[in-house]
Amino acid sequence: MDHFPTNWGRPRNDAYDPYGTYPIAHRPNNGPKDAFADAVQRTQQPIVTGTSVLAIKYKDGIMMAADNLASYGSLARFKDIQRLQPVGAHTVIGAGGDMSDFQYIQLMLDELIIDEFSAQDGHTLGPAEVHEYLAQVMYARRSKMNPLWNSILVGGVKDGKRFLAYVDLLGTTYSASTLATGYGAYIAQPLLRTAVEGKEDILTEEEAYKILEQSMRVLYYRDARTIDKYQVATVTEKGVYISESRRLDTNWSFAEGIRGYGAQTQ
Amino acid sequence: MPDMVSLAQPQQRQFNPYADNGGTILAIAGADFTVIAGDTRQSEGYSIQTRYAPKVFRLTDRAVLAVNGFAADGNMFVKKVRQRLEWYRHAHAKDMPLRAIARLIQTMLYARRFFPFYVYNILGGIEEDGSGAVYSFDPVGSYEREACRAAGAAQSLVQPFLDNQIYFKNQVPAPGMAHPVHLPLSTVLSLVIDSFTSATERHIEVGDGLEMYVVLAKGSTAIQSLSTVRGIQEMTVTEDGERVFVIRRELKKD
Repeated sequence: MDHFPTNWGRPRNDAYDPYGTYPIAHRPNNGPKDAFADAVQRTQQPIVTGTSVLAIKYKDGIMMAADNLASYGSLARFKDIQRLQPVGAHTVIGAGGDMSDFQYIQLMLDELIIDEFSAQDGHTLGPAEVHEYLAQVMYARRSKMNPLWNSILVGGVKDGKRFLAYVDLLGTTYSASTLATGYGAYIAQPLLRTAVEGKEDILTEEEAYKILEQSMRVLYYRDARTIDKYQVATVTEKGVYISESRRLDTNWSFAEGIRGYGAQTQ
Repeated sequence: MPDMVSLAQPQQRQFNPYADNGGTILAIAGADFTVIAGDTRQSEGYSIQTRYAPKVFRLTDRAVLAVNGFAADGNMFVKKVRQRLEWYRHAHAKDMPLRAIARLIQTMLYARRFFPFYVYNILGGIEEDGSGAVYSFDPVGSYEREACRAAGAAQSLVQPFLDNQIYFKNQVPAPGMAHPVHLPLSTVLSLVIDSFTSATERHIEVGDGLEMYVVLAKGSTAIQSLSTVRGIQEMTVTEDGERVFVIRRELKKD
């Protein structure tokens, strides 16, 4: 008797081992046979990348911002990429990291939303559910040592509750009233915390927008993987709104006043 | 010139599936109560990710679990322990006893011996005989029952303090006197608060907030010293069994 269920109902090599007396290593292998197993590619490093995403809570909901650049190393490769994406009617996600992995995530989420819509059971997914789903997917992929190379912000409003949380390629999650990924975690997060912490229920939409615009400007001045074109997503009880691309006003007149680096003689 | 080095030999960059998210946890057992505490800061490197990410979780009316290390593994581990406890409840119509939860945790950790959950666990609660108990684990499941244990970023700061104040190490009792075997709840709470304020002073990964869970045995007299505690919140709904309370305090945020 062969006690290995994967061998049951399959042709048996009677001439060789009719009673399954041989060691396991010598039995017929009925596992998946993949001729390309050695050539399977995993994401070992990001290729085409997006930089920071910023998000804050304010009086009526959450606001998120990201620029329109997808870089290829230090090359500004794609300058009209949308890194903010609505998911269902109550949620927006913004991604940094590998843009092809992000597009795959968008595909998965589209499928998820369609499945939920098809159920027609009177339920819709809110930002908390979308975040939980993403966290489980990201954690499962890191556990297979085949991560989706992104850091993602998930924000939204449902049933009068604001939600803002982070998830990354390790499956690490956290929630706070201000969030920033990538370089934004170093440069913009301190500015956002000073401007927002303790004022989440007071800040108006205009004030929230001003805070994000100023932070995007500082990032544009200091992060070499940005461009001055960005979008802002707003989620309130009314729904998701993602703005057209906007241009940052910047001022470089200070540059000619700098002395001591170049070939200036005085 | 790191670039020159990379030309000389093939460079290999491997995906690292782990991170260290800082923070510290602590548990102390009394005669008929246990205190399980943790700070609420979550960090990576020099960045604070959030000021409020709980590390201490109520499992049942008599068991509380604190997890510290890699936060993603910690959250997943708590989720899986809770699922196993729910299955137990459905199968046996009662909550799993504390020492059984401890053995369950060791089995679940060891099952992942060759891709471990990078998590230090401390389980606290009330044993079936009504005594306060603390079980501490390493990431692959080695565990023991103790009276007190600190783990995490500031373990090396807090544990020696506990050895001195709980086990009375390096202390000599007054002539004709003996050290107490168990400390009262009010003393334990003070020690926990002092441990965390001190760790916050000296360790950059500790701070922001403190959550202390207090588990009381059935009919414990320690309840009296809780009535005066500011902002205390009860997690259990019945007064005739074990009771779980949570006390929250601010820690320095710098």
